[in-house]
Amino acid sequence: MAAIKFTLNGAPQTVDVVPQMPLLWVLRDTLGMTGTKFGCGMALCGACTVHLNGEAIRSCSTPIANVAGKRVITIEGLSADGNHPVQRAWLEGDVPQCGYCQSGQIMNAAALLAKNKRPTDADIDEVMRGNICRCGTYQDIRHAIHRAAEIQGGAR
Amino acid sequence: MSTAAAVNRRGFLKTSAAAAGGLVVGFYLPENSKLAAESTDPKLNAFVRVGTDDSVTLTIHRAELGQGSMTALSMLLAEELECDWSKIRTEFAKVDPANYGVFGSPVLQGVFGSLSIRGSWDQLRTAGATAREMLIAAAAQKWAVDKSQCRAEKNSVINTGNNARLSYGSLAEAASQMPRPVGKIALKSYQSFNVIGKSPKRLDTRLKVTGKADYGIDVRVPGMQYAVLERCPVFGGKVASFDASKTKTVPGVKQVVQISNGVAVIADNTWSAMEGRRALKVQWNEGALANTSSATIRSTFSDLLTKPGAVALNTGNTEAALPGAAKKIDALYEAPYLSHAPMEPHSCVVAVRPDSCEIWAGTQIPSAARDSAEMITGLPKEKIDVHTYFLGGSFGRPGQHVDEAIEIAKAAGIPIKLTWSREDDMQHDIYRPASLTKFSAGLDADGWPVAWTARVASPSFSGLDKAGVDRNGVDGISSVLYGIPNIHVEYHPPEVGIPVGYWRSVGPSQNTFFTESFVDEMAAAGGKDPVEFRRRLLAKSPRMLGVLNLAAEKAGWGKPLPAGHFHGVAVVNSLGGFNAQIAEVSVDGKGKYRVHRVVCAEDCGQVVNPAGVVQQIQGGIVFGLSALKDGITIDKGRVQQTNFNTYEVLRIDEMPVIEVYLMPSHETPGGIGEASTPPIGPAVANAIFAATGKRIRTLPIRAEQLI
Repeated sequence: MAAIKFTLNGAPQTVDVVPQMPLLWVLRDTLGMTGTKFGCGMALCGACTVHLNGEAIRSCSTPIANVAGKRVITIEGLSADGNHPVQRAWLEGDVPQCGYCQSGQIMNAAALLAKNKRPTDADIDEVMRGNICRCGTYQDIRHAIHRAAEIQGGAR
Repeated sequence: MSTAAAVNRRGFLKTSAAAAGGLVVGFYLPENSKLAAESTDPKLNAFVRVGTDDSVTLTIHRAELGQGSMTALSMLLAEELECDWSKIRTEFAKVDPANYGVFGSPVLQGVFGSLSIRGSWDQLRTAGATAREMLIAAAAQKWAVDKSQCRAEKNSVINTGNNARLSYGSLAEAASQMPRPVGKIALKSYQSFNVIGKSPKRLDTRLKVTGKADYGIDVRVPGMQYAVLERCPVFGGKVASFDASKTKTVPGVKQVVQISNGVAVIADNTWSAMEGRRALKVQWNEGALANTSSATIRSTFSDLLTKPGAVALNTGNTEAALPGAAKKIDALYEAPYLSHAPMEPHSCVVAVRPDSCEIWAGTQIPSAARDSAEMITGLPKEKIDVHTYFLGGSFGRPGQHVDEAIEIAKAAGIPIKLTWSREDDMQHDIYRPASLTKFSAGLDADGWPVAWTARVASPSFSGLDKAGVDRNGVDGISSVLYGIPNIHVEYHPPEVGIPVGYWRSVGPSQNTFFTESFVDEMAAAGGKDPVEFRRRLLAKSPRMLGVLNLAAEKAGWGKPLPAGHFHGVAVVNSLGGFNAQIAEVSVDGKGKYRVHRVVCAEDCGQVVNPAGVVQQIQGGIVFGLSALKDGITIDKGRVQQTNFNTYEVLRIDEMPVIEVYLMPSHETPGGIGEASTPPIGPAVANAIFAATGKRIRTLPIRAEQLI
């Protein structure tokens, strides 16, 4: 056990856990923040995606020790009131079906749009292929990412 | 009342307790359970409560697993209740089959058979109308006018004599005291629908885009610890002995308990429990399946196909018709076991106390959860509470996790959350059965079929009828609508020990792949266009023909396609609906196929929520495309696939453009959650045949089959 400090959704956070414990389980079990989902445990499905210093990472395969001193944003901290352009586009398009993968989809899409203001379909494929949706919302996700780009006013 | 129960009654609690080592542990019950808390709002019937604040709370009695039940069932209630859509709240029903059973079953409450809408169509509209009539009666009494002088509109009752209005909220208390209307209440005809047939926003989207929707896996109750279960890798195997000495040294591990099918490790977080499990040494009695493999299973199936099976369908006389046919074709089709692989691995929280049991879970069949708890704990049903949550997919997967969690909680003596790993989920599922099916057909001199036979070998999962046939096992073969004069279908249920069950679209998930591919073979053998061939044989099935024609028109069947692109077609009738699909596919030199576009036409009768239907159709097609990519194989009684790296599913970069066309109809609604899964596989395989001349008769599709 070791005290590990990081910033979680803008606020300082200290946890005292085994350093190898993945960030996912620190979030879900230690801190009770269950918006980030467990899907595969091997960085294969993307359900656990969060931002670490602005990069989309798979929290199921990121030991908490690697998070020390860094900034973590989860779905709960992406926006104050569900008003991030990606969330707005997702709401407009009623994207989720079961919704379980959508925290990860949204976090990955938000990281994509932070870097690439007007992603092409090929850009979307390259990044979003890391996130599985078994309900098959991919077409709606693609439309919503383009719509989110419009909402955030990205230049072509 | 125990703490957990007390907390749940209040519905929401967030406490921080300084635990050892300065850990801050926040236990809370998920956001949704605020809705599930027992409300004091006046109840008009089992489905409708109206709050004095003018809120309308609707009870959702069919679990929301992504199929849109929360929204569409609310629409059925709202249509007759005349309530303001923006004021609707929902709650998930408790287990109460007397009120919420499927098609009036007093014991079975759940989601299956694409029945949520079609099984609730009259029930919920009637419940909405009943509540409305009670509100109207309360208003009429207040105004001292006849009920006929009152009408309901947008959460208010209006006095048509003087245009006075009373809000539902102000009438709620009085309405709840009104006698239930007697006799049958007339329901609106479709011309008067205000809600049904529109596409209101889903009621669950905001929760799901902000991380606030709570699934079974998100439940946390006070005093709860986290469990994982080591099961025998061989189906049916049992624990011989185990050594937990290393496990107990893993930080966070609290207890190791044995249950009927394995050894559970309990810890203060899921990861510690998983680590503890890795350190566990279990000796198994592997049992009868230790030498079973995909090859031995196939040979069992194959041997059965040499013998006559139980007769599932016999129309005309194939034995007389086949020998005289001008042309005869035979084919052997094969489909693998498949896992459901929803995104949420199984999870369940259970507290077993001396005098009560509480279960918090996402499960398609909550009444089965209560039945299990009754059997395992010995407690009477009324002492067992089941709280249901959103499911992160499910696709027909049953609730064996609930049984395990009850056993673990009972053995551990504390509330536990059992979480399955992805590997557990893939290797201990109840699978879509594999199938080996032999077809023969005879064509006349003009290339039209005169006789058709099928002999199916596929494990039974829903019981055999008097004829020895599992009707689900032949659905999609014996149910085809083609006008072929002589048809004979036989069925064998091989017993090979692999657990099998329902999987999105059930029998047609494999059988429609076979029949629609074989129909294509017949068309090719007779030199006919695949759409023309089907048109003629479906002449007496107007709804099936209707969607076929609609899909062909919208896809531009027969018109030029981009270079290297080819069309394939397939149709299915199942669960009260009719679905036709045309897939546009190309195949590259390495045998890799790509599906570019899918045009789908659906006739599911009266559409309740068009946007929801389109979502389900898109989702069903993606599910069917995934089924072409991989299968479950067995070696030494063990499933060889472990995770999404060895069991591949469709990802966004392979996603085709899907266009959905709904046939306008006011027929009784059909099921839609499973409608579109069966035809996509054969539509793709038939397009591959058009592209390459290679006929896919074995799933999954492998590149080597295409070069």
